[in-house]
Amino acid sequence: MPVNRMFRTDPATGLVFHQSADKLMRWNAVAAVVCLLIGGILALGVVLTRWQAVHLLPPDMFYQVLTAHGINMLIFWIIFFEMAVLYFASSTLLKCRLATPRIAWAGFWLMVLGALINNYSVLRGDSSVMFTSYAPMGAHPTFYLGLILFAVGALIACFVFFGTLVVARAERTYRNSVPLVTFGAITAAIIAVFTIAAGAIILIPTFLWSVGLVEYIDSLMYKTIWWAFGHSSQQVNVAAHVSVWYAIAAIVFGAKPMSEKVSRTAFLLYIFFLQLASAHHLLTDPGLTSNWKIFNTSYAMYLAVLASMVHGLTVPGAIEVAQRKKGYTQGLFEWLRKAPWGNPCFSAMFISLVGFGFLGGISGVMMGTEQLNLIIHNTIYVPGHFHATVVIGTTLAFMGLTYFLIPVLFRRELAFPTMAKYQPYVFGLAMSGVALFLMGAGTLGVPRRHWDVAFAGNAFPYEFPGAAWLMMALAGISGIIAIVGGGMYLLITVWSVFLGKKIETPGFQHVRARDGMAPAAPRTGPVIAGHGSAGMVAPGTFVLAMVFLTAFVLYYFVNWKYLSTVWPLK
Amino acid sequence: MTISSSSERVWWKEPLERTELIWIVIALIWCLIMFFMMPYWHIYGQQNLANEAYRAKPEDFARKTEEMIAKYKVREEGPDNMKVPVVHPPAGSDVYLIARLWSWHPQLELEAGKSYRIHLMSMDWLHGFSLQPENINIQVHPGYEHVVTVTPTRPGTYAIICNEYCGVNHHTMASRLYVK
Repeated sequence: MPVNRMFRTDPATGLVFHQSADKLMRWNAVAAVVCLLIGGILALGVVLTRWQAVHLLPPDMFYQVLTAHGINMLIFWIIFFEMAVLYFASSTLLKCRLATPRIAWAGFWLMVLGALINNYSVLRGDSSVMFTSYAPMGAHPTFYLGLILFAVGALIACFVFFGTLVVARAERTYRNSVPLVTFGAITAAIIAVFTIAAGAIILIPTFLWSVGLVEYIDSLMYKTIWWAFGHSSQQVNVAAHVSVWYAIAAIVFGAKPMSEKVSRTAFLLYIFFLQLASAHHLLTDPGLTSNWKIFNTSYAMYLAVLASMVHGLTVPGAIEVAQRKKGYTQGLFEWLRKAPWGNPCFSAMFISLVGFGFLGGISGVMMGTEQLNLIIHNTIYVPGHFHATVVIGTTLAFMGLTYFLIPVLFRRELAFPTMAKYQPYVFGLAMSGVALFLMGAGTLGVPRRHWDVAFAGNAFPYEFPGAAWLMMALAGISGIIAIVGGGMYLLITVWSVFLGKKIETPGFQHVRARDGMAPAAPRTGPVIAGHGSAGMVAPGTFVLAMVFLTAFVLYYFVNWKYLSTVWPLK
Repeated sequence: MTISSSSERVWWKEPLERTELIWIVIALIWCLIMFFMMPYWHIYGQQNLANEAYRAKPEDFARKTEEMIAKYKVREEGPDNMKVPVVHPPAGSDVYLIARLWSWHPQLELEAGKSYRIHLMSMDWLHGFSLQPENINIQVHPGYEHVVTVTPTRPGTYAIICNEYCGVNHHTMASRLYVK
């Protein structure tokens, strides 16, 4: 079969799309949005049940809905979207044909099949085992089978991504090093490979156990290896959404990183250390030593946290440098005040950055501390934390990228532009409310994954303080607003893609490789030019970083203080 | 477009900018402080989990629990059809607490200021020991006997709830702990 070498150049952005990659990106993005829609509808059931005054669903259905919500959101929506990001970062950014498109399609359909099978098993009603599916609680075999097929499909896509990098190198479609966004995507894909390997190591025996071929699954072994898959898959998200931040900074501002060395080294630290985080989930478990827990929970010595703190500075720093170059040089923050806050692509990215850092990052490090975990473990603080990292961090960043991709990839004008302008604020701020209120309730001891914290009908009920109830109600209200914000995103994207005004370019056609492709980027001068102050190119960002650090230090030690008041344990 | 232009120089030879350099140094120091807080607390702090755990069979653990109940039972509590024994073990002794679908067995009565070696184990699935309102949370596994030495500080009636999802009646798995 001849190799497809047909490309098109987007007239507005100059980006080059390989025909096969183009279609794969669109289909992956559509599959992702369908999963987001399902997960979003299920979120309504979760929110309205945990909001104790409403308490909508009966217990069996609540746990079923919660299981499906977790898997559709955390796995299917995000990973389908990430596959589109991988193809974009390889084929489009390197102006290279996609390696083995047919195998890529096989991977895609395997993922679709896996997602369908897994959802079917939860729909049956006998697989309400949550996202974590801790053995020895067992699910129907199709539950594990669906996840395995989905993971195999994702693994295939990762290798198509790597293959494309090889093709790009062999056919010399880029000069020097790969761009930073591609570098970040490579990080995500490498972490994805060992994440999926860990998933295979645990899910395959568990599948065999569910059909009776393996006799016994040790609960601690399961939990340890499962989290090497479960937590690491969230680290894939971190690497992917940090790449998206850099991409949006480049798209909206033409920003270049202050130094490639720092940003790339930070990505490298992710590859080396992120995988250790399985330990975050095992800090109160028996059978593991404190040495093991301390080393792993801190990613060696918080070296992956260091990497995130670096990205947290370099992304806004790059934007500040770009803005100062354009003349926004007054004071510390003119560059930020005059940023395009009405552009949903930017506002989504910026809220994602701030929310991920302040809410998700700080809370994550705090509860990932061996002893502090004692006052947090399995409380609803944990969902509070990961709604800040995965929803505000990853999902909102992906939403921002979507607003850029609709005209470029789907060649449709963005529908409801005014609604799009407000969507990141509605979704991002409401989700910040969800995260904060859940954390507040968790601090007061409210458990996660719990149908009834009123313990109605129990022989020995426990009455949570009124503040906990208030927090859960506020989380419920915020959750409803966040669902509305998610609905706005779905309406805009679905309408744009299927009913939006087509962007017609006169004389548009696909051309064979090389002919008519965008010329190589012109050489630009050094980025570091004297627009800053105090010897810094990005003083405003530095001040923001210090504000972040102050919040971090205070919150961290407040929790130690709180821990010191609970019963002594040893 | 800047998104797809790669760096001009070999990236690992690029100069480091001052904003980044200062931030990296500060962030690294903070990371090290956080890292050393954990061993520090093991030495000087009061709230640490022991690394004491044993593999155990459910029937052995259940037998030890029943022996303890026989020795130290002081009363029973709860409605008629589901009486739960309450034990008052002596200070410093080994106390056994069973987690199972969907109850904690037995109920404990401890004394403030005294230490107890509490053995936690599940008979079936994973459970979560969550002491409220203290908010101490410990994972309970089947097959692993976890020994935790606790020293209650304030008298009162506490609740032990399950905070690891364990099936449809998870929310009914709640018990009491008394501190005299």
